[in-house]
Amino acid sequence: MGMGISKNTQEAMKTLLEQGKRFDGRKCVDYRDISVTYNVSNAAEGSARVMMGKTEVIAGVKLTLDKPYPDSPDKGNLMVSGDLLPLASPRYEVGPPKFDAIELPRLVDRSIRESHVIELDKLVVKAGEKVWTVIIDIYPINDDGNLVDAAVCAAIAALRQAKMPGITEAGFPDYKNRTKQGLPLAKEVIPLSVTIFKLGNALFVDPTREEAEAAEVKCNFGLTKQGKKYMVHSTQKTGAKPFTQKELETSAVLIGEKYDELYDKLKKVL
Amino acid sequence: MVAFKRPDGRKITDLRPMTAKVGVVPNADGSALFAFGDTIAIAAVYGPRLLHPQHMQDPKQAVLRVNYDLLSFSVYERKKPGPSRRSQEISKMTEYALSPVLDLKEFPNTVIDVQIYILQADAGTRTAGINAASMALAHAGLPMKDLVCSVAIGKQDTTVVVDLTKEEEDFHEGEGATDFPLAKIANSDQFTLVQLDGNISTDLIPAAIQLANDACAEIYEVQKKALKEGALQ
Repeated sequence: MGMGISKNTQEAMKTLLEQGKRFDGRKCVDYRDISVTYNVSNAAEGSARVMMGKTEVIAGVKLTLDKPYPDSPDKGNLMVSGDLLPLASPRYEVGPPKFDAIELPRLVDRSIRESHVIELDKLVVKAGEKVWTVIIDIYPINDDGNLVDAAVCAAIAALRQAKMPGITEAGFPDYKNRTKQGLPLAKEVIPLSVTIFKLGNALFVDPTREEAEAAEVKCNFGLTKQGKKYMVHSTQKTGAKPFTQKELETSAVLIGEKYDELYDKLKKVL
Repeated sequence: MVAFKRPDGRKITDLRPMTAKVGVVPNADGSALFAFGDTIAIAAVYGPRLLHPQHMQDPKQAVLRVNYDLLSFSVYERKKPGPSRRSQEISKMTEYALSPVLDLKEFPNTVIDVQIYILQADAGTRTAGINAASMALAHAGLPMKDLVCSVAIGKQDTTVVVDLTKEEEDFHEGEGATDFPLAKIANSDQFTLVQLDGNISTDLIPAAIQLANDACAEIYEVQKKALKEGALQ
């Protein structure tokens, strides 16, 4: 979808992917190794670093005290932001956010928000007046493809590790004296993201940067597992090529399988 | 299935009454209005015209540039005028939804501007916008493979329904509400817009897509009829 690779590379990749092969020897549906580490910054309420192959994404959680929104006086707020820092890739530039930079935090926001993993009604200090806002900031440190899947992992890891700040006598957040209490989370809800990429007739997951640029279109899914069912909370197709009905149906099955695989890799560290 | 009552008495497969009309903006090269019940979108097409600044031109093909936005008074809480991240995202998704039917290679170095504004919002604004834009592009006489038809499939608790209103989108019981906007190339199985927000089991996705196929067939007839009427005037 980018223009950073040559037509020849794209053609070669397409031929290979349609035979189920990839440059790095993985199969179309294989993820790279994933690892999670914590405490990127001790000033954050929670933070995590996710490595997916050579892709590295960090997420930090900060809490602030704010007025609630008028349409949810008895709920805390959630905000997801982030930026594609020029640090992370020669393709990124300083300046107003391009579409990729707008889309990444929005997709993370929807996968976290719609899963209802954060119990926003438990973030109220005084109904109608003062509630906690949970702010998740996402920063890719090294972009080697599949940022969204890595970013959702980093976000949920940082959320699960975060501790509530105290409140000073004057009613402000006390960041230096953090409590031992975690954020109010539905512990059994683990939102994860699986993005399906398409080139020619091939569907594949977890692209390297080169593969992501060669892909003609992608479709992102945020999902959780509830009992034996996989619940989709967010979807977005990005790119001008269509997905056929059959490809969408195939994707709906594949994302469940990939959810289990990702969850197995992550459950020890989350 | 248990009898499922929708607030406005529609069946689960019923679209809201549709209104479609072309030629609503005489200045434009093509224009259209499309409404699903109380959701009203107008779209105007300008171009193909030379794209400025020149460095943005693509010598291989036309650039399709969509601008979608809500008018400030189209919603109860006034929307601050000007682009938001939401509107920028929807604009981009609408470009992706429409460009597969256009023959952009026919018009190198040009831009095709599609302006979509929502006059009145009662859910399903992006899908109404895509339907209006698709008609406006045809009305502009641009070579197109087919029309694009778009509808939001929704879910209330565990029932999949067609074309949610705002009231239905705010449904909180059981599994809550899901909004699953889709667009497809009319006479095909190709989906050009796929978005989703909410809480839906992967098992229900094929059924939801099937509902979209049927709804889009109805929308297609409404679009075609309006285009024919427009051509006679």
